[in-house]
Amino acid sequence: MRIGVLAIQGDVREHLQHVVQVGAEAVSVRTVADLANVEGLIIPGGESTTIGMLMQEEGLISAIQQRVANEGFPVYGTCAGLILLAKDVIGKSPARLGLMDIVADRNAYGRQVASFEADLDIVGVEGGPFHAVFIRAPQIVTVGSDVIPLAYYHDQVVMARQGSLLVSSFHPEMTEDTRIHQYFVEVVANRVMTS
Amino acid sequence: MADKQQGTFTVKAGLAEMLKGGVIMDVTTPEQAVIAERAGAVAVMALERVPADIRAAGGVARMASPRIVKSIMEAVSIPVMAKARIGHFVEAEVLEALEVDYIDESEVLTPADDQYHIDKWRFNVPFVCGARDLGEALRRIAEGAAMIRTKGEPGTGNVVEAVRHLRQVNAQIRQVVSTPSGELADLAKELRAPLDLVRRVKELGRLPVVNFSAGGVASPADAALMMQLGADGIFVGSGIFKSSNPEAMARAVVRATLHYNDPKIIAEVSEDIGESMPGLEMATLKPADRMQDRGI
Repeated sequence: MRIGVLAIQGDVREHLQHVVQVGAEAVSVRTVADLANVEGLIIPGGESTTIGMLMQEEGLISAIQQRVANEGFPVYGTCAGLILLAKDVIGKSPARLGLMDIVADRNAYGRQVASFEADLDIVGVEGGPFHAVFIRAPQIVTVGSDVIPLAYYHDQVVMARQGSLLVSSFHPEMTEDTRIHQYFVEVVANRVMTS
Repeated sequence: MADKQQGTFTVKAGLAEMLKGGVIMDVTTPEQAVIAERAGAVAVMALERVPADIRAAGGVARMASPRIVKSIMEAVSIPVMAKARIGHFVEAEVLEALEVDYIDESEVLTPADDQYHIDKWRFNVPFVCGARDLGEALRRIAEGAAMIRTKGEPGTGNVVEAVRHLRQVNAQIRQVVSTPSGELADLAKELRAPLDLVRRVKELGRLPVVNFSAGGVASPADAALMMQLGADGIFVGSGIFKSSNPEAMARAVVRATLHYNDPKIIAEVSEDIGESMPGLEMATLKPADRMQDRGI
């Protein structure tokens, strides 16, 4: 299975390493041509304004939107990726995919001094709590009826799924734990089987 | 459950990881910060003057006024960094109280302590520090720096020192990697760096934190050069707002940093961007004018 990591800006290397560790082939995606060769895509952490703008210039926004609409293409967004997948964003909004029925609030946990680590219980991720790293993280302030919350931090949804779209406010690629990447690989595998 | 830890090295170094592949621009006003953000900068550095003007003004260069820093923080949603003088831990405390996202303990400002750098471990806010070689980088990391930038020579618009420092760091990393474990203690002594960090470099084959290039980038091709040499990202100081068309230059540097391996795109983005900042030849600098020799 070939999993792409959007390699425009951000912590691309860490995601690629996690993808390899769960036994999938990891591919850097920079262009529309790269996108055609992958079965699922991870959008890494980074600056959503920068990534969104450059995705648009590359034609990647419409290319991803089409694959999601036509074939339920699986996409997982972490932090900046969550903002790019959100249907709506509070305040200044970068160019984005707008595919998932959630409203995101950028940097809602505060500035860098408020960044934190915490243990979370995640629905569908077995083997005990997941140690999550939140860096200038966005919050999911509203979820649509088709969206399934998978994890909470202080009653706030921090990870959610809608069909084959997955988002987390935190960075599973910042620790050694690969269970969430495993979870995404299974999302991709199941979609391939049912299509 | 749900107990949280803040100010850990993971979240400090983590923010730098999120900036990789991006451009961080020096700005002196909220208007410049907005231009930088619109151009696709991943962060801005809030300053009273850009390095070229600090150079021209002479005298003692200090932390920017909190008023400038705050107005820039209000103007943009990307991370805001600010500079403190080397060793001036009170300037750093002030910047932490303002909640800047990163502090640059910088040789661009006049050092406040000629012996000690700031003890960066006791802060919640992360620090980036300059380095000309591997030993210097590891000494700063040992003091708590969560990000490194090779120094170059700030405010010159001349990329030669940036190239020299990045090549030096990379050459020394290759040397560490190829040195047998049993001989690392000697090499650590030679580098004047802590042995545990030298071991870590050998394990990883790179610095244990993100390393950006700074001090001399003045064109899109300069930025792409530093990326090809292995920088994780680019700091542009005077190079944007001392050029003739900052808006166009900012966008072009961002695109060249992303497409650093594609000369056709670099050619395309380099058209119609006006003039780069005027450059300085290194040989014309007096020893006292060399910022890179501060805080080693």
